[in-house]
Amino acid sequence: MSEIRRFARNRNIAVGAGVLALVVLAALLAGVVSTHDPRRLNPAERLKAPSARNLLGTDEFGRDVYSLVLHGAQVSLLVGVTTMLLTSLGGIVIGLTAGYYRRVDLVLMRVMDGLMAFPAILLAIALMAARGPGIGNVVFALSVVYTPRTAMLIRSTVLSLRELDYVQAARALGRRDLVIAFRHILPNCVGPLLVQSSFVFAYAILAEAILGFLGVGVPPYVPSWGNVIASGKNVIREAFWVSLFPGLALTLSGLALNLLGDGLRDVLDPRLRVQ
Amino acid sequence: MTVYLVRRLLALVPVLAVVVTVVFLLIHLIPGDPVGVMLGPDATPAQIESTRRALGLDRPLYEQLFKFYVRVLQGDLGQSYFLDRPVVTALLERAEPTLVLTFSALLVAVLIGVPSGIIAAAYPGSLWDRALMLGALLGVCVPGFWLSLNFIYLFAVRLGWLPAAGYASIFADPLAALRYMVLPAVSLGFNQSALIARISRSCMLEALQQDYIRTARAKGLSQGVVTWVHAFRNALVPVVTVIGITMAILIGGAVVTEIVFNIPGLGRLIISAVLRRDYPVVQGVILVTATAYVLINLAVDALYVVIDPRIRYE
Repeated sequence: MSEIRRFARNRNIAVGAGVLALVVLAALLAGVVSTHDPRRLNPAERLKAPSARNLLGTDEFGRDVYSLVLHGAQVSLLVGVTTMLLTSLGGIVIGLTAGYYRRVDLVLMRVMDGLMAFPAILLAIALMAARGPGIGNVVFALSVVYTPRTAMLIRSTVLSLRELDYVQAARALGRRDLVIAFRHILPNCVGPLLVQSSFVFAYAILAEAILGFLGVGVPPYVPSWGNVIASGKNVIREAFWVSLFPGLALTLSGLALNLLGDGLRDVLDPRLRVQ
Repeated sequence: MTVYLVRRLLALVPVLAVVVTVVFLLIHLIPGDPVGVMLGPDATPAQIESTRRALGLDRPLYEQLFKFYVRVLQGDLGQSYFLDRPVVTALLERAEPTLVLTFSALLVAVLIGVPSGIIAAAYPGSLWDRALMLGALLGVCVPGFWLSLNFIYLFAVRLGWLPAAGYASIFADPLAALRYMVLPAVSLGFNQSALIARISRSCMLEALQQDYIRTARAKGLSQGVVTWVHAFRNALVPVVTVIGITMAILIGGAVVTEIVFNIPGLGRLIISAVLRRDYPVVQGVILVTATAYVLINLAVDALYVVIDPRIRYE
């Protein structure tokens, strides 16, 4: 109970989690609270300014921007959560293996170094070039891009934990490597992993929007924040609202996740607190 | 220092080997038959077969990888399918705008980030500190490409102060180049200035708590001299690291900024190559940028030794 109170008392966590909950709620209830079908083209209503009928205006195809933003949250959160889970899983497997088995450490870490040598968004673009557009491929590309960072973090945590007395004691008791790794070491990696995951979530949402904006992410007919901002670019002179509102939603989500990450880091590892 | 640099250079070999291997494997990630995907649905089986042979895709994987390594080491990145010229030539033609944009954005990021961090650290808890760090937090969260669009709307469409898009070579017309570059450089650099400001602040705070700062203050030196002469140089090593990281992020960010501002650089080259399935160009762009990133990191490491002589003896 005191743990939960400690989390709740942190202002960054409270604000970040609160805003994130709102975004999640908007995504879950998109079908209910939307005023229009976000995929329905209506040329007669194109580029209408925000009004009572279209709360955030319409885009160049006459689609309702408010409904597009709500449904875009679904795509962003889906990509964000899935990428976060996959990078955590990949990071745990690679990081634990490298940290625990020194023989494979050198090879695994050089591969991770090599992957991290690519500017993240360029590697994602190249992977999308090979795999083609689609939500699954976006998740695959972003997971490949962000897993090395998580793996490096888990490995360094494992390296510092494996020499501690309780791990040595488990080894002396004859516990198998796998049991030691998963039962004794992994639970102590949860703190740094949680912090890292919240940042990966934020990066993934942003990267998904960038890929969509560049036209190499989810297909253009899928309402995603990046796609809507891209369509807003073409009409920025006549209708600034088309790119403004999905961008605000993206910024707000990024802010929430960054605050959450900062807060979690402060609570879980006060040594790392930014002064 | 030479030993240190040689050791760092040797450490680059496996990293670059992984980079080249990943770039090579890209073409094999294409679902189904890569040649069929490249040539499109209208290609005849004979065309597919001859292209497969021309690309060496009919050979075993290890042989293809070996040949790819040899070609890359010879500076041959293949032939662009659509531009009808070697990939290296295409890259060289498009490098100038990307380099100019990246360095201009770096300049903006450092000019905003470092002084902001130092001012915030010199007066911790003050209104300045809070305002600057709130700005830095927003800077981290605001998507650069969206900021670019808002800048275009405000400064080009509404106020008409600067051009909305385009590029002029700095060698042909420096004044026009500057006008075209202001908005892209500021919108790309602003994001990164936030990261630099946060790191500069925390490093300066740490430096300002050291004994030699207390000694400097006890000697009666002014706040300005203590901050800029004594603390700043000692806080510089991590800041230089971040500037190195920033440079790499900017190369990636430049791709997106080039699309927004219609700048004919490597970013537009890779995106048009993706859309036209011109895989050798895609491979070329990411190979060159990753190599540049690795070399920038090496340069940053070398710079440490100049900034902090203690590192030389470690």
